[in-house]
Amino acid sequence: MKLASTIMVIGSALLLGLFIYPLWHVELEAPQYPRGLGMNIHLDGIVGYTKHDIRNIDGLNHYIGMKTLPKKGDMWEFTVFPLVVGGMSVLGIIIGLFGFFKRSAYKWFMAWFVLMTVLGILGMIDFNAWMTDYGTNLDPNAIMKMTDDFGNPLSYKPPLFGSKDILNFTAVSYPSLGGILLGIGMALTFISYFVGKKLSKKSN
Amino acid sequence: MKILRLGVGLLAAASLMTSCGNSGTKNKNGTEGALTKNAAEQVYIAPGEHDDYYAFISGGYSGNLLVYGLPSGRMFKEIPVFSQFPTSGYGYSEETKPMFNTSYGFIPWGDAHHPDISQTNGVMDGRWVFINENNTPRIARVDLTTFETAEIIEVPNSAGNHSSSFITENTEYVVAGTRFSVPVPQRDISIKDYKGEFKGALSFIGVDQETGRMEIDFQLLMPGFNYDLSHPGRDKSHGWFFFTTYNTEEANTLLEVNASQNDKDFIAAVNWKKIEEYVKNGGGKMMPAEYAHNVYDHHTHTATSTMKNEVRVIDPTEVPGAVYFLPTPKSPHGCDVSPDGEYIVGNGKLSTDLTVHSFTKMIDAIENKKFDGEAYGIPILNFDDIHAGSVKKAGLGPLHTEFDDKGNAYTTFFISSEVVKWELGTWEVKDRKPTYYSVGHLTIPGGNSREPDGKYMFAMNKITKDRYLPVGPELEHSAQLYDISGEKMELILDFPTHGEPHYAAAIKADVVKGNSLEIYDLEDNKHEYAIKSEGEARVERNGNEVHIYMSTIRSHFAPDNIEGIKVGDKVYFHVTNLEQDFDVPHGFAMIGQNNSELLIMPGQTKTTTWNPKKVGVWPFYCTDFCSALHQEMQGYIRVSPKDSDIELTWSLGDDE
Repeated sequence: MKLASTIMVIGSALLLGLFIYPLWHVELEAPQYPRGLGMNIHLDGIVGYTKHDIRNIDGLNHYIGMKTLPKKGDMWEFTVFPLVVGGMSVLGIIIGLFGFFKRSAYKWFMAWFVLMTVLGILGMIDFNAWMTDYGTNLDPNAIMKMTDDFGNPLSYKPPLFGSKDILNFTAVSYPSLGGILLGIGMALTFISYFVGKKLSKKSN
Repeated sequence: MKILRLGVGLLAAASLMTSCGNSGTKNKNGTEGALTKNAAEQVYIAPGEHDDYYAFISGGYSGNLLVYGLPSGRMFKEIPVFSQFPTSGYGYSEETKPMFNTSYGFIPWGDAHHPDISQTNGVMDGRWVFINENNTPRIARVDLTTFETAEIIEVPNSAGNHSSSFITENTEYVVAGTRFSVPVPQRDISIKDYKGEFKGALSFIGVDQETGRMEIDFQLLMPGFNYDLSHPGRDKSHGWFFFTTYNTEEANTLLEVNASQNDKDFIAAVNWKKIEEYVKNGGGKMMPAEYAHNVYDHHTHTATSTMKNEVRVIDPTEVPGAVYFLPTPKSPHGCDVSPDGEYIVGNGKLSTDLTVHSFTKMIDAIENKKFDGEAYGIPILNFDDIHAGSVKKAGLGPLHTEFDDKGNAYTTFFISSEVVKWELGTWEVKDRKPTYYSVGHLTIPGGNSREPDGKYMFAMNKITKDRYLPVGPELEHSAQLYDISGEKMELILDFPTHGEPHYAAAIKADVVKGNSLEIYDLEDNKHEYAIKSEGEARVERNGNEVHIYMSTIRSHFAPDNIEGIKVGDKVYFHVTNLEQDFDVPHGFAMIGQNNSELLIMPGQTKTTTWNPKKVGVWPFYCTDFCSALHQEMQGYIRVSPKDSDIELTWSLGDDE
């Protein structure tokens, strides 16, 4: 059971990587931006690749009537997400440590994983909803009002995962190191359940 | 040991293979490595050989006009036009100061935009280049025998002289339209009274076919829109002129939003032949207006400035059939006419599409009075009746279109940073190539004429970034030259320009180069203070004004020793270069001169001034390395106290 607990502790602790590394990144590529423009999405706010990327992205987006990118105080998520992730990480570590003393704790490992998955999905839904609003809820007086092939207003929503051509830009969106650590961490907690289950059966 | 040798051999073979592989891979611009060599050959002009084309590239906010060679992309000359140029003394010398006179006084700087070359029968004849100044509205004429600015005329009732300076088929007119509408006449009214009170003046400046002299024939006072760019009709549409407009909303604040709301603005089609006839019959009215007309004479080597006090204005509604509005989507910028005069391209800069109107359909709609309302009494034609076709989803932010001799058009797209080749009539996109970065205008030699030359096209970009070695935040703009003789455009050269090139005009070198002067004939020098030989060199005092009649010849000034100058004098150096050999200019500079140097061409006279402030003996010298003894080409002036009674004397070579 020690092995399962160790995996559970490590897995939960990897969530703390999100306090150092960004969760996600979105990059904009265009001919006149040979180095690209980009933003790193951290738990507590959005940071440009370089000091002025956010300002430059906002400057471009104003042509098509997009809102400016949210600052730290503009969205409740930037306050709540760190608490949730921090709380879940600590909870996971505590549950993992329990496993050193209590053989049946592996069930809690699964409970933690299910809860974290639900929270993660809610987070993704929330993130996607924000991107949809950001990319489609445009200023009706925008300078450029573009339409798609069917005459509908063009959506500037960046992709959640992968790349998409939006006007002259290619928007690329992928998880960053923090997000990858989160994924690995969750996978480890999932594994710890099966390891714990197997070990507890064996010792029975 | 053998194994080691074998190893080295394998390594060498491997590196050979790698380098072969590299030469076949794509470079940064997406061109094949093998073609890069080809491109180098295409733009290579062997030492001592000449380019095939002259390109006259606007220097934008430098105020000047640059002369380049194509295909080499080499810069040959900066012609000073609207900005003072200490290199030659243009705008500093007494002779050229009047070129800068305006109704606002002396203006030392200008924003040069769109050069255009004179034409005869719709073909570029290489006599003159005209170019507009945007900020303090003026039009200049550059003489292509001297490659110097010969004339500048101010345009009254105008502000932001942007839809200028485009030439009709026989250089009947240079046309200058206002980008900013203003109250006409100017008066003290609230800016909020813009609508209806502000007017847009479109000026038709007549050109004398012998001398090139410009005179404002008439100004059409149009509704208060922004007249952005223009082009003449040609061939079948000769006699018409087309202007794009934006801000038909007539907004007076935050135009980037408020002038982008109408789905369509207009192209104004002006039948100038009809108005010309109206004017000949005494139409229009003379209105008080103050504007300067400055002319440089290369016999007297001197400019004169004349203030004019009236201009003929025309109310477009009083000349039936003179002006129509063609609805054109999305704040059109460039307004370009195909070589046969049939197609009028409106480059809707906020759109992805290009709108093309048909001249034939336009005439038909006018004859059948198919109007869709009117604006300020000017009939609006129905879009569907005049629309020839649209190039769909061609790119983002179309700005300008030029044409080749094979029925293709080339449009620049600022936002998507590319040039798109498409076919007239089918409106199909045939090719697209990226530009580096964010292209504004493009030029095809012979562009604004019936006979464009479809060999080269160059794109002038607004953003340079990483194209050249970094030189800090402020960069010259980049231009790219493409070979357009084939089906696909091919990028063959990237070269820096100067200032901000807006438009450029290019012409076959053979049409121009034979007319270029090598020297000014000394015998023809009619300058008031010229001397034809060293014997005439002298110094004259008139109160505290001292006039030095000075000559230069390799390698001395005459006189080179002058005494009797006093503190508080105003000294005029009238320097005549007696040389009569090609490319032997002399320079003149005086220590402590609050002015620029003079660079004097063979046979020319130029004048600079000096205010001696300190007692002493002060040197002057030749600034142009004229000969083996250039360093010896110097002189001294003795400056005595104000109350001194030292006699005025001058000499050369009389060491006793």
